[in-house]
Amino acid sequence: MGHRPLASTAALVAVVVVVLFAQAHVAGQVQSPATTVTSAAKAWTPPLMPDGKPDLQGIWSNATLTPLERPKGLGTKEFYTEAEFAELMTRVRKGDVGPEGNLGAAASQPLRYDLSLYGFDLTKARFASNRRTSLIIGPEGVVPPMLPEARKRNADRAAKDKGHEFDSHENRPLQERCILMGQESLPMIPAVNDNNLLQIVQGTGWVAMLHEINHHTRVVPTDGRPHIPQGIRQWQGESVGRWDGNTLVVDTTNFTGRTANFRGSSEKLHLVERFTRVGDDTIIYQFTVEDPTTWSKPWTAEIPMMKTEGPVYEWGCHEGNTMISNILRGARVADEEAASKTGK
Amino acid sequence: MRCGRRGSMIARVAAVCLLSLAATSALGQAPAYRAPRAADGKPDLNGIWQALNSANWDLEGHHAAPGPIPVLGAVFAKPPGLGVVEGDEIPYLPEAAAKKKQNQVNWVMLDPEIKCYLPGVPRSTYLPYPFQIVQSEKTILIAYEYAGAVRTINMEAPTMAPAESWMGWSNGRWEGETLVVDVTSQNDQTWFDRAGNFHSDALHVVERYTPRSPDVLDYEATIEDPKVFSRPWKISMPLYRRAERNARLLEFRCVEFAEEILYGHLRKKP
Repeated sequence: MGHRPLASTAALVAVVVVVLFAQAHVAGQVQSPATTVTSAAKAWTPPLMPDGKPDLQGIWSNATLTPLERPKGLGTKEFYTEAEFAELMTRVRKGDVGPEGNLGAAASQPLRYDLSLYGFDLTKARFASNRRTSLIIGPEGVVPPMLPEARKRNADRAAKDKGHEFDSHENRPLQERCILMGQESLPMIPAVNDNNLLQIVQGTGWVAMLHEINHHTRVVPTDGRPHIPQGIRQWQGESVGRWDGNTLVVDTTNFTGRTANFRGSSEKLHLVERFTRVGDDTIIYQFTVEDPTTWSKPWTAEIPMMKTEGPVYEWGCHEGNTMISNILRGARVADEEAASKTGK
Repeated sequence: MRCGRRGSMIARVAAVCLLSLAATSALGQAPAYRAPRAADGKPDLNGIWQALNSANWDLEGHHAAPGPIPVLGAVFAKPPGLGVVEGDEIPYLPEAAAKKKQNQVNWVMLDPEIKCYLPGVPRSTYLPYPFQIVQSEKTILIAYEYAGAVRTINMEAPTMAPAESWMGWSNGRWEGETLVVDVTSQNDQTWFDRAGNFHSDALHVVERYTPRSPDVLDYEATIEDPKVFSRPWKISMPLYRRAERNARLLEFRCVEFAEEILYGHLRKKP
């Protein structure tokens, strides 16, 4: 995940988001390792919608410097101290990210982007952090080991196209084909460099979530209606929600088995996301994934989302996709050249 | 302005409302229906809606005709339709009329719907798929099942589009019971229907959504494009609520259905 060849295709209609980053430390964040999200949420009453539900509306960015998994060497350390965090930030501003920050706006992309042009200049970048050493919470801080059956399933899937990668569009990755971008997949993991935006709009009984990337939109019912029948399988599964106090809880099932889902999981993937507004400018996004065919146990990550300026642009990926044609045409020319050599 | 029931200004407001009601009936429209209110007091348009007509085949009135694929027989034949254009004629400029004819002849090659491209406005409304209105005070989001298309309508002070796009830039406002949406900055790539009706990048659409009854909205779109049409013209149709208890939009990510058309000629030769 994270490789974005499409973004370099000039013909794409997609407008690369230029979130106007500005240095900011997220207010309302946890202040000590002992403080939890729950207590932060309790300390602050969120604005309410006219129907009395918490107002999560706005445009949010999950850009972060925190890696998904805890860097080796930090052991069970879940939080940096204030001093350690300050030192890390100083290094990041100089572009020295190190193993502590290998995900998010700080990922090095010098060959592909003019960082200052696209708003990724680390001296100006704005990102949320709650001093966690990894997005995955808990003492381990890493994805549980993949079960042998899942390793085999994913290896078989990868082997299927081996040697036939350029035979047709069907052999190309889903994200090259604009069918499913890595970063629009659920759960929402911060993108390496852009398209971190999520716009939330609430109507009575429904919460709409518009991911800027690939204009993926979920309209999540919160009126108690059940999941759709199990036989209906979708690339992005199917989400139903409910309010748990000030937290929006979204339960997603019905993922497809046609592709490897999140981090190699199967159609048995079960995702529970929790959105809690903990300050004017911050939503804590927490997700738990379980899949008994992929991991030995469920695991949980937490990502702060910052309120940001809009607008969310239209991300028309397929409409501007000249890449598939170019790749396949190149392969066919190569086929012809190879054939003419053999002919000689 | 809202013809409201709320307190203190009621006398003054009532007088104005009576005047506007009188004006409405003078125009010969149906008596005003007052929709249930959203939490902010505006008519509540939240819900899943769908057009039930053959406008996507041809905005103008049309008789039934065979479909493009003979082996499918009656399936995917073109259904007849009364048409949704006021006056039943789209006022093309002469050159544009010729292009429309060309589009019609080459429909299968050219229609952006066949390629699973974003549909633009107003076509997104009457494609044969449901769409969902998620209404809040400052932003109204419309999610369309077809191609996962989406747009947000800004209900605050109007803003300018930062760039042209497939679904355009929508600024909305309430006029009594009606949601009025002004759509600009659409690109010139979308069509109005499968009959080759088209527009340029000068397209300006003003949509009106007015509740007629709890489960029906009256939809109107006024279409203006001086590069293609000699005058503004209007379409209108009812939109019906999808009343299934478990209704919701499902995934119709149609890209993979269009790939064979777009890339099939580039398959490796056996």
